[in-house]
Amino acid sequence: MEPYKFDVNNYRNLLKKYISSQDEKSLYQAEQFSKLSMQHNISPEEIINVHIQALKELYPDLPTEIDSSMNFLLETMISYGLAYQEFQSLREKQGELESEISIAANMQQTLLSTTKPDIKGMDIGAISVPSHQMNGDYYHFVTDESNNLGIAIADVIGKGIPAALAMSMIKYSLDSFPETMRNPSVILENLNRVVERNVDTSMFITMFYGLFNHETGSLQFSSAGHEPGFYYCAAKDQFHEITTKGLVLGVSDQATYEELEITMEPDDMVVLLTDGVTECRIGERFIETEEVLEVIRQYMHLPAQEAVESVYRHFERLQDFQLRDDFTLIFLKK
Amino acid sequence: MNLNIDRNDNGDTQELKLAGEIDAYTAPQLKEALLPLTKAEGTMVVVDLEGVNYMDSTGLGVFISALKSTKEYNSDLRLVALQDRVRRLFDITGLDSIINIDSTVRGGK
Repeated sequence: MEPYKFDVNNYRNLLKKYISSQDEKSLYQAEQFSKLSMQHNISPEEIINVHIQALKELYPDLPTEIDSSMNFLLETMISYGLAYQEFQSLREKQGELESEISIAANMQQTLLSTTKPDIKGMDIGAISVPSHQMNGDYYHFVTDESNNLGIAIADVIGKGIPAALAMSMIKYSLDSFPETMRNPSVILENLNRVVERNVDTSMFITMFYGLFNHETGSLQFSSAGHEPGFYYCAAKDQFHEITTKGLVLGVSDQATYEELEITMEPDDMVVLLTDGVTECRIGERFIETEEVLEVIRQYMHLPAQEAVESVYRHFERLQDFQLRDDFTLIFLKK
Repeated sequence: MNLNIDRNDNGDTQELKLAGEIDAYTAPQLKEALLPLTKAEGTMVVVDLEGVNYMDSTGLGVFISALKSTKEYNSDLRLVALQDRVRRLFDITGLDSIINIDSTVRGGK
């Protein structure tokens, strides 16, 4: 095809050819012409203007009624031209927003990053996969001077950017609690008040907080409405659900949190997760808890980090698997 | 998947009958239907969840907003006929302790 030139001559020839032959090829060329016009930011009314000029050159005796009607059409198209310009500028803005969101997502990663600590006698594995750009799940490890380990796993409800911002608030609150106040129930009570004061009514946070004492092997824990985790007892070769009573964070400032304790023996394991794991779907069907445990059992002999990654990859490989929610899984192996 | 919302206006008692799924996509629709009802003083808002086979945490967020709104406007909220999977969500999150859930209606599968 001839190189594009937006001028009256070009258009006039095309129009003339079509009027005389009415062939498909000219119509196709007209389509190309309009596509190229868009690329060159040429407005619809400019095209009509060119059409009018071409028409007048081809038919100098054009009836005045047609001439007037063409001018009328020209005026009518002006709003379309403006709308088109607006569309273009929105498209540019959308591109800018997308790049800002990806910067925010990177920043979230940096702000919320937590280092998996090396604790004597404890092998830790953790994986968190967002279903969208911003992750609403969060986990955090803290250690104190005596090498005790605090573990938080949380899910902010209310997705996207507001959720990510709330996450940062949680992280900085957790970091600012003094070491003397590391009891899971006390931590959740304090966080609850922080969240309740600061968060929009439809937003809330579920969190499990555990404190592992590496000398005694005890794990104290409390849950604020979080998806129950599991305790694998090696001696009995059985999984037990671990959960305690407690309301999600951010709903009522009166909430109190039950605290329980288990003692971990060698080869025991604690599994912490978010509902992204238990609400996986395969096609139309939900994954049952038993299936999740079977998959965990299949990989739990591996080093903890390798094991959590293998579990995720296992689900990911399933046919028709959809990640509807952020997926976070933590293994604590003694 | 969609969410169907049928409203039954009985004066002081307003009933919403839901069918389908409540997730991030349908939750705004539920919020729009439910929240205005809680803003009339003395109203009992009954939400029938028998036809809801899936709800995620976004749905819980809507019910929490509605509950807070009933406190503010002196109205009442009651959830009835929850399927087991949906009921479990309210149990885990502890919301069953602050939202009036009618457990006399069958759990269903």
